[in-house]
Amino acid sequence: MRFGVAVFPGTWSDRDCAHAVELAGHEPVMLWHKEHDLRGVDCVILPGGFSYGDYLRCGAVARFAPLMESVSAFAARGGLVWGICNGFQILCEAHLLPGALTRNASLQFRCEPSWLRVENTDSPFTSGCAPRDILEIPVSHGEGRYVAGIDVLDMLEASGRVAFRYVNRDGSAVGGESPNGSMRDIAGILNKEGNVLGMMPHPERACEPLLGSADGMRLFQCVAALVGEHGVFSSAGIR
Amino acid sequence: MSGTVAGQHFSPSAAQLAIVALTPGEYADAVRLLGRPPNELELGMLGALWSEHCSYKTSKPLLRRLPTESPRVLQGPGENAGAVDIGRGLACVFKIESHNHPSAIEPYQGAATGVGGILRDVFTMGARPVALLDSLRFGQLSSPRQRHLFDGVVAGIGGYGNCIGVPTVGGEVYFDDSYSDNCIVNAMCVGVVEQRNLTRARAAGAGNLVLLVGADTGRDGIHGATFASVQLDGASHERRPAVQVGNPFLEKCLLEACLELAGQAGVVAMQDLGAAGLCGSAAELAHRGGCGIEIDVARVARRERGMTPYEVMLSESQERMLILVEPDRAAFVQEIFERWDLHSEVIGAVNDTGRFVVRDDGHGVCDLRLDVLVDGAAERQLEGTRPRSVDRLLRAEPMSRKPPWNAERALLELLASPNIGSRRSIYRRYDHQVGDDTLIGPGGDAALVRLRGTNAALALSTDGNSRYAALDPRVGAMIAVCEAARNVIAVGAVPLAITDCLNFGNPDKPEVYWQLEQAVAGIAEACGALEIPVVSGNVSLYNDTEGRSIDPTVVIGMVGLLDEIERRCGAGFSTDNDIVAIVGLIEPELGGSEYQRIAFGVNEGPRPSLDLVLEAGVQGFVREAIARGLLRSAHDCAEGGLAVAIAEACLIGGRGARIGIDELAQSNKNAAWEAAILFGECQSRFVVSFPRSSLVELHELSSRSGVPFRGLGATGGSRILVTGAIDVDLQEARRAYDGALAVA
Repeated sequence: MRFGVAVFPGTWSDRDCAHAVELAGHEPVMLWHKEHDLRGVDCVILPGGFSYGDYLRCGAVARFAPLMESVSAFAARGGLVWGICNGFQILCEAHLLPGALTRNASLQFRCEPSWLRVENTDSPFTSGCAPRDILEIPVSHGEGRYVAGIDVLDMLEASGRVAFRYVNRDGSAVGGESPNGSMRDIAGILNKEGNVLGMMPHPERACEPLLGSADGMRLFQCVAALVGEHGVFSSAGIR
Repeated sequence: MSGTVAGQHFSPSAAQLAIVALTPGEYADAVRLLGRPPNELELGMLGALWSEHCSYKTSKPLLRRLPTESPRVLQGPGENAGAVDIGRGLACVFKIESHNHPSAIEPYQGAATGVGGILRDVFTMGARPVALLDSLRFGQLSSPRQRHLFDGVVAGIGGYGNCIGVPTVGGEVYFDDSYSDNCIVNAMCVGVVEQRNLTRARAAGAGNLVLLVGADTGRDGIHGATFASVQLDGASHERRPAVQVGNPFLEKCLLEACLELAGQAGVVAMQDLGAAGLCGSAAELAHRGGCGIEIDVARVARRERGMTPYEVMLSESQERMLILVEPDRAAFVQEIFERWDLHSEVIGAVNDTGRFVVRDDGHGVCDLRLDVLVDGAAERQLEGTRPRSVDRLLRAEPMSRKPPWNAERALLELLASPNIGSRRSIYRRYDHQVGDDTLIGPGGDAALVRLRGTNAALALSTDGNSRYAALDPRVGAMIAVCEAARNVIAVGAVPLAITDCLNFGNPDKPEVYWQLEQAVAGIAEACGALEIPVVSGNVSLYNDTEGRSIDPTVVIGMVGLLDEIERRCGAGFSTDNDIVAIVGLIEPELGGSEYQRIAFGVNEGPRPSLDLVLEAGVQGFVREAIARGLLRSAHDCAEGGLAVAIAEACLIGGRGARIGIDELAQSNKNAAWEAAILFGECQSRFVVSFPRSSLVELHELSSRSGVPFRGLGATGGSRILVTGAIDVDLQEARRAYDGALAVA
């Protein structure tokens, strides 16, 4: 299948995402921020980086890129959109996902391993995982603290839209002590239809045992398997 | 000869000469070489290019002694960075550079722009940066000012490197009173390029166009090069305008655009704008190629109005490049920059006059001979004097003092020392993974970065213990080279080449010049013995405040190559019931040790002895043992000595060890002897672990090579146990180690 990888000026996980897609045996298609054409890809990855420098607010400028108009329309048609790190920030700024990502509670950048508990196994990204599987996937960000109103948080939980939660290596709850201090330890969320995923950790950095973990590869393979089975994914909502 | 140049009847006052940091003698030289007095702009340009920072006028006579050649060397000193052949048609391009003076004034931006500058040096040569390392020195962290500098510098390095997307994979930091007034911030960048795309900064072809690309030019950083070549004083903070501000986003775009250019037809040369801004870069670009150059400052895009030609020529605004392009390819090149939303402008052309002509909207404002401007500064032949204070230090007998702690407590104190303890609180603030090639990140002996698309990896390390150098700069420098090599070897790689950063005090003091002289001799000697060339480097002098100089600080950045990543080796004990052994000698030496510093608050006595024949033998032994797959771990024995090396291998591997050291059992030895055996920093040693099945072959290797090798014990359990001396729970050791850099 064809994974589109968005390239904004300041994006730096584009090459890593393309590498992961190739490792998974699929074709990466680089999508330039100034263009509208999604070139027939089956899934769009919005990778990590500092799009347009992120000097204003992370993702705040990128949401206005020509490419994002097409990505929003693609998502509305049920196309798979996967925001990683800066991509998650962009999706929140673009209102494709609720909430916001603010400065880490430590006020410092954090690059380290993190452990994620899979909270939803119905999504096209996570259906290859078993409920409560633990994935080791590193984080690398300065502004990854997920915040939202209590009503939004409750709604996300009630509708199964929390995709991943930070946990300790042994699977126990971190109780707020995640790498960024996210509310309810949220590491990744889905949109209502389940075709848009935003996550702060970097699965593309966890696709080879040589690099410490291959757990991220499970997500890439899951997407690919689903698309391979059904053609372009068309969602009918999760649950 | 230059009748078109305005304002040439200009006679500078002593104060004006001081601003551009030229001595009256140098000014007289300039007048003589030019055949006339320079005008104000020309004087500023001469001051910048004749500064120590640009001209190396003090250190050049010494630097010629360094070995710079090997069959691997593709580019030695003299370009933006050095380059070595790493096989597979690839070149590794790397350099280290200091940003000490700016960081002392404005730590965040000083460090950030240091990173930005060294990145440009590497991608200017067409290479994609794949790794950053840094080497830092501060005073004691208990001082709020030092904490401020430390936090600012770490944040600045992270701020730039994280944003631009190049992993910071390693580095080192030491805290010592010698740096209380002058912190040291050295940054190293390593890049990879296909050899056929290696781009030089050498002008050629009269009529080719000079393109200025990237950021607009502002008033920041004017006189930065001269600022870096004078001592700091109480009023130095007033020089904050001499510190530049970085924009890593802009540099990321510049990087990608320049890499698209590398290897394209019609792109003749690339040169970044660093020290002395447009003046320095244009002059060096033209002079390296034996050309002349003419530029018009009116065509330089500016950030603010009313800038004079002087300000435009000497501004050190960051994130700018010069591209030399054939006229019919200029449109193609400008299109690439346009795609990245980068401004580019043709500001001039090269010619064959050997002169640097600057115009302001057509009017001549400068006309200088390039050989005078770039090479005219008289080399300074200084005389060094061995400082007498060293004799007093060397006469001290380290083992005559009574240790304040037993061995167990001493181990915990050492693990908790800011000079030894875990650096995790620093490197977790740096993205050390982006690129998906970091096989061994910060916290090991050397970082290991895979060469994408191959089965090989680069091993990278920065090293330099200035306490040894304070006692003996020559051997201290030799040890820095050896330790960097050991670190690279510990991960399984073969050392290829080094880049060096020489940070010293005011060389006008004979004692400091002597240190510099000795240190360069030491690097040359060690590099000669280990057959490792120096391919690039940087000298930072005048790290001196109100008469106090830093300890001589030689930082070595080493690059090694590991051909098969399956053969890589870690530092930690990875398996229970492996044999623990030492390669090298166990001798009681306390001089220059971290133990001595924390136990007695002194740095004195003979520094550790170094025998380059033994060193080469030990390195060869470990290299061969790893290559043959005999070892499961290898760790260089450095600060804190044998006991700390063993404890670190336990902490990294997450398991204990049971160790016996015969020397400790010798009767009639006192507590100081015990400390010297356990914590002395005897050189040329590795702590290794391996399965029993390797034992016979390792003994054979030892007897064949004559390299001392002996078993000390076994891995396993949850305690660090040294018979008769130490019994510490691993968790307790970890608490000490992890808390070393915590806020006091």
